[in-house]
Amino acid sequence: MLKKLTVTIIYIFLLAFNANAGSDGELALKKDQPQEIKDCFEKLNRATFAFNQGLDKALIKPIAKGYRNLPDPIQKGTKNAVTNLSTLITIPNNILQGDVKTAIINTGRLVVNTTVGLLGTVDVANKMGFPKYEKEDYGQTLGKWGVGPGCYLVLPVLGPSTVRDTAGSFANAFGDPWYNASVHGNNEFLSEKVFLTSKALSGLDFRSDNLDSLDNLEKNSIDFYASLRSLYLQDRENKIKNNQRGTVEVIYKDEEDWEEIDNK
Amino acid sequence: MKKILIIIISFNLCFNHVFSTEPDIFVQSTVNRASQILSKNISKEEKMNALKIVAKETVDIEGIGSYSLGSARKNLNDNQKKIYFDLFENYFLKSFSSRLSEYTNPKINVESKKVINENYTIVNSVLISTPDRPKVKIDWRIYTKNPEEPLIRDLIIEGLSLARTQKEEFASILNSNDGDIKALFETLENFSKN
Repeated sequence: MLKKLTVTIIYIFLLAFNANAGSDGELALKKDQPQEIKDCFEKLNRATFAFNQGLDKALIKPIAKGYRNLPDPIQKGTKNAVTNLSTLITIPNNILQGDVKTAIINTGRLVVNTTVGLLGTVDVANKMGFPKYEKEDYGQTLGKWGVGPGCYLVLPVLGPSTVRDTAGSFANAFGDPWYNASVHGNNEFLSEKVFLTSKALSGLDFRSDNLDSLDNLEKNSIDFYASLRSLYLQDRENKIKNNQRGTVEVIYKDEEDWEEIDNK
Repeated sequence: MKKILIIIISFNLCFNHVFSTEPDIFVQSTVNRASQILSKNISKEEKMNALKIVAKETVDIEGIGSYSLGSARKNLNDNQKKIYFDLFENYFLKSFSSRLSEYTNPKINVESKKVINENYTIVNSVLISTPDRPKVKIDWRIYTKNPEEPLIRDLIIEGLSLARTQKEEFASILNSNDGDIKALFETLENFSKN
């Protein structure tokens, strides 16, 4: 029982990380309105952020660098496999967001990639011309339903989030067939170790993809914490609104600032 | 007199037509200039200096500086404004050139543009992928109030605005120091010195 509880907690953290990584975080009911997101726990968040940076420098970053030196086919296969597993969370969220068409397409993608694509290591669906895959999670669904982000949070190990996105991570845990099959299923091939490894690889793959960009951002920021907070919140906003490139209305909540500058 | 007037008007029209720069062409030419600098076999410092010249000619540094300050700009006196804009220019040029100088021979292709209004056009481009990084979508917010001299006001990378990020960074520093503008001045100065 304790073991299962531990796995569940770790999973929730890993999911939150992946949600954050996919950037991929008072529940106000205000739909389609850009809103000021409060950093209610800034002191605590900054302390957690400092801890996370220490952990990243000592452990996660060196592993991610090693991962990046692996042969390309291994990295590509890993990325494809963890992306394929994420469709198990994306599909129910497509449905909950009323996008049944995309849910059907993603189900097709999952079936093709898991079978012909050798357990997802080869993205056959992409080669067949399936539309570009976009991850969805329960935090995004809550946002789509009009639930506001709440306060900004920095979670230990996992990084940026919000109250809404953290709550969504709990739903991600219990609504994930991969989690249930691995941890609760009686299957000789799957276990919680396999499950946790898949989630850790997903996080590692994200960190490896962003080694240079995060280094560059840190080096050229006068407040790295505030930069990451801003980028995370912008990214989540875009994902909830399904904006690939952002829109002027979303990016510049305070467009009147520019107008004032132009008219002075 | 009427003929002279017509000639003057025609001249002006031709002049404007010849010298107005299309925002997408402006972006592609700016990118090509930067790319040429980055592919040269010169030191990082030399690259940064050359990039600073490009930035001074193509970026609305003062406009971005005003925007980054947010509502705090309304409380500055003339002397503080002068100090701020001097510090901001140094900060911006260093930050901009340092970010770019990390790339070696980046290839950016302009794909399309969308006119928002007479003051703004968004130019869509793509940074071509390499074995080390995936393809990156970069949109440029171009200020076109003066069509002869378009200026860059923001870079939106994969939907994330650098101007907005910078503004929120500045606001965070001001908030952490009870709105004391001197704290921001000090931070900008330290960044430029180091």
